[in-house]
Amino acid sequence: MIAFVHRLLSASAFSLLSATAVLFTSCRHDEPVIPVEEEQHGDTVRNEITGFYLLNEGNMGSNKATLDYYDYATATYSRNIYAEANPDVPKELGDVGNDLKIYGSRMYAVINCSNKVEVLDARTCRRIGQVDIPNCRYITFDGQYAYVSSYAGPVSTDASRAQIGYVARIDTADLQINGTCLVGYQPDELAVANGKLYVANSGGYMQPDYDSTVSVIDLATFTEAKRITVAKNLWRVRADKYGKLWVSSRGDYYNTPAKLYCIDPHTDQVTDSLDVAVSAMDIVGDSLYACATAWDYIRYEDVVTYTIINTRTHETLNRNFITDGTETQIQKPYCVKVNPLTRDIYVSDAKNYVNPGMLHCYAPDGTLKWSVRTGDIPAQIAFLTQSRHHAITR
Amino acid sequence: MVRMRRSLFLIVSFVVCTAVQAVAVSVVSASDLDSLTHQFNLNEVEVTARRREEPVIPVQKLSGSRLQALSTQSVADAVRYFSGVQIKDYGGVGSMKTIDVRSMGSNHLGVFYDGIEIGNAQNGTVDLGKFSMDNIEEIALYNGQKSEIFQPAKDYGSAGTLYLKTRRPRFNDGKTYNLSITMKAGTFGLANPSILYEQKLTESIHLSANAEYTYAHGRYHFRYRRVLPNGTVAWDTTAVRHNGDVQAGRAEVGVFGYLPEGKWHIKGYYYQSEKGIPGAIVNNVWTNSQRQWDRNAFVQGNFTQRVTRGYDVQVNAKYSNDRMRYLNPDTTLMYIDNVFTQQEVYLSMAHRVALLGQNSVFRNIDHSTRQYIEMVNWDISLSADWQWNYLDGNLANFVFPERNTVLAAAATQVYWKYLKAQASVLGTFIFDKIHQPTLTTPTAYKQKPQFTPAVFLSYQPVLREEFFLRAYYKRIFRMPTFNDLYYTDVGNISLLPEYTTQYDGGVQYDKRWQDGVCRAVSVKADGYFNQVKNKIVAIPKGNGQYRWQMMNLGYVEIRGCDINASTTFDLTHDVLLTVAAAYTYQKAQDLTDPNEMTYGGQIAYIPWHSGSATVNMMWRGLSVNYAFVYVGERYHNSANIPANHEQPWYTHDVSISYDLPTRPRLHFAIEINNLLNQQYDIILNYPMPGINGKGIIRITI
Repeated sequence: MIAFVHRLLSASAFSLLSATAVLFTSCRHDEPVIPVEEEQHGDTVRNEITGFYLLNEGNMGSNKATLDYYDYATATYSRNIYAEANPDVPKELGDVGNDLKIYGSRMYAVINCSNKVEVLDARTCRRIGQVDIPNCRYITFDGQYAYVSSYAGPVSTDASRAQIGYVARIDTADLQINGTCLVGYQPDELAVANGKLYVANSGGYMQPDYDSTVSVIDLATFTEAKRITVAKNLWRVRADKYGKLWVSSRGDYYNTPAKLYCIDPHTDQVTDSLDVAVSAMDIVGDSLYACATAWDYIRYEDVVTYTIINTRTHETLNRNFITDGTETQIQKPYCVKVNPLTRDIYVSDAKNYVNPGMLHCYAPDGTLKWSVRTGDIPAQIAFLTQSRHHAITR
Repeated sequence: MVRMRRSLFLIVSFVVCTAVQAVAVSVVSASDLDSLTHQFNLNEVEVTARRREEPVIPVQKLSGSRLQALSTQSVADAVRYFSGVQIKDYGGVGSMKTIDVRSMGSNHLGVFYDGIEIGNAQNGTVDLGKFSMDNIEEIALYNGQKSEIFQPAKDYGSAGTLYLKTRRPRFNDGKTYNLSITMKAGTFGLANPSILYEQKLTESIHLSANAEYTYAHGRYHFRYRRVLPNGTVAWDTTAVRHNGDVQAGRAEVGVFGYLPEGKWHIKGYYYQSEKGIPGAIVNNVWTNSQRQWDRNAFVQGNFTQRVTRGYDVQVNAKYSNDRMRYLNPDTTLMYIDNVFTQQEVYLSMAHRVALLGQNSVFRNIDHSTRQYIEMVNWDISLSADWQWNYLDGNLANFVFPERNTVLAAAATQVYWKYLKAQASVLGTFIFDKIHQPTLTTPTAYKQKPQFTPAVFLSYQPVLREEFFLRAYYKRIFRMPTFNDLYYTDVGNISLLPEYTTQYDGGVQYDKRWQDGVCRAVSVKADGYFNQVKNKIVAIPKGNGQYRWQMMNLGYVEIRGCDINASTTFDLTHDVLLTVAAAYTYQKAQDLTDPNEMTYGGQIAYIPWHSGSATVNMMWRGLSVNYAFVYVGERYHNSANIPANHEQPWYTHDVSISYDLPTRPRLHFAIEINNLLNQQYDIILNYPMPGINGKGIIRITI
């Protein structure tokens, strides 16, 4: 009997060995270019805005900055289109996609940790070139130039090792940097108003001694003309249709709350401050859409707000523009963008920054129309319009 | 489809294996117990002695010639051959390497160096890449805890435990000293000399001194490529891994004493290193410049004494001082120059009393009672530990956390006929103190006391056969680390411990023969179910990019099995062939949030299938070794979508060594790793080296 048991067990040992051998034939194969995934969402819409791109940031070090595209004509959401459109680019779009804008027939993607601005054909998403700018953050345009903020200015020689930031001016014709202008500490968004460039300095590396100024750059000379003191840890700056600038402050996360400020570029004075926290914003017509998360140290969770402010009256019109209760599905609102023609509202959810995000489309009345899975950390949306489309095809 | 079919076949094979074993088990159970009992009575003394050595809890061990035959630079390289283990390796000689046992997370593994745990109160991570194999004689991995009740309370305190044992002096043929000098050199610019000196101070006091220096420039080629659906190459890039250089020195001195009824040892350890952190390879960034300096020093000692028949005591003590500096000089990123210093003081005392059995404390009992008592071995033990940790750092708003931990464990062990059983309960009492810069007095936090049990059973149905059925249950936790609790802005003082619960059932069979071709067969198989509750995860918080908060949010369930098999053949002409294989299946599911797409997904970097196989052939002084490590497909996130997919990787390593039995003795070895030059990442964007090799010469006087 014992001998039998022994034989059985020996047999099982050898079948185990052979099973292991079989397992080991489950091999590596060639790594494919990640294919585009397409899904149908919403109804087809035909107007001048033919679609939008969404830039997914991707967590730092993951090299997972990706581009998604939504086509209104076919109501198709295409996930991760860059790799297939540019299969010959090693390591694809890059690491941490921070900003995305379409200017003329081209799209510019600011890829923060890949230290570059990727320049693409806005219609085909084919790569045209890149501009190397270390630690680049945000982009804006004026005339033939693109302006890109960067954290990577000179480091002070003293113990603080404080590092001033700069704005690079890129000639969109030849994609060369033809000038730089030093600004404040860790400059983030920038916007052009009244012939000047306004740069929100955060000082994010210097916590708790944040920067609190907006740098004003004279575009003609491309030098910093002055600083406007606004509030700690500035982030967003956008111009409205009245020529006013809206600047958001992140606060210091402790005693100084996040707020929204208005600057008059004619006087370069802060004209108003609103007790509205802003993580993401978009201005369409008279409406400033803002969503924000504020950490509640007592409840140990984020408090999320979805606000609409009238840029003419500065009144807060709505404290929750999502009206059907579906905001509970959103863990971490990260980007808000409004289609200027249909007034559909897009809110992205970055989840826990590691899992794939979501994009939610709301009707102008704040009811959820559709939702789609995005890449990791959906961060920026840029609309593609038909006229530009024509400009290319002609 | 092909893969599916293969997996199916694999599962079928496994089921067949298990079924065969199950049948075997029932056959044994049903066998004629009477005759076995008879045999048991006849051979009682011998059997008892042998059974004591057999562990209640499954252990995986690498030691002696088998360990030497495997080509391993660091402890992490050796641990790959164990089942149930997943290694995280960032690539290169100096890179960080951690292991995760049965998917519970690397923070749940306790790593013990010569009997005392290597701590890291700051972040709980022990980098196994820092521990060289130079002087390691044995590596043992226990799931649950070590199969021993005479041990410090700390040894009960982890979900899995890795014991690293350095060489103890041994003097053959009346020698009073040993001297051995080793030189290793290889790819990555590796130069790795070491020296070992052992001296017999007196008959009962031995000294050992060991020093090692490691240098490597750490550069190697790596290649990334992608193909189009039609099979043509989309892009194909080869580059050189930079900033992977390492320079490390290690020195150890140990004194070992032997007493009539006890033993003691004291050990001093010093390690210092500087290394580059090669970083992630991402688009447009092919090199990084971050640096790290480590300095680890400790003194530790153990004293074990039999106080009286049936009563043993051991005392352990340690002081350690660890300094780590991290520098980011890259001006395209935030400048960082952080220095952290950790200190630890540890004291432990353990007692064991044999209540029943041959060595029972009860001596003055009449002969008949004694015979009865000796039927059963029953030991109890009590141990108490105290530990103090302090962390100093140069961060803004640093709170200088300080922790006092008291651990108390009670354990018992019974051997009765066919059954061996162990049970233990561990009490953990933690008192923290932080020193906020704005406050003059420290703030105290008392963590809730924790009591965690473990039960282990082993049953030997047939006394003549080394066949065991076993099962265990263990509940344990890991305390939130200083970083989890108090790191500026990220820490969360209200964090609860992260609990793991393990259920394991398994079989083991060993058979040896004195003659014939097949000399030994050993098979071990375990199935297990683990839960990780209150998993500590970072979640984003508030308004701003990448601001995190630690929370007790995660829940993971792990179902798996580990199988180990080995066999030794004595072929003719003194040729000894040993074949060993380990296989692991794990389904480790993220069950944190039913509303998320990650719900039910396989957690990051855990393959469903993994395994290893080694073949060793020895002929006199010549040893030829082949080793194969396989890790199946994985996802780098619990969202198991194509964008997160990671391919399988597997490496073939070969080594040849030859021992010249001259005086002084000479040992030569050549190792070639990743023979087929596979280009792979274990961690996304951290390319591993392709084919690499090393030569070793050792002279022993």
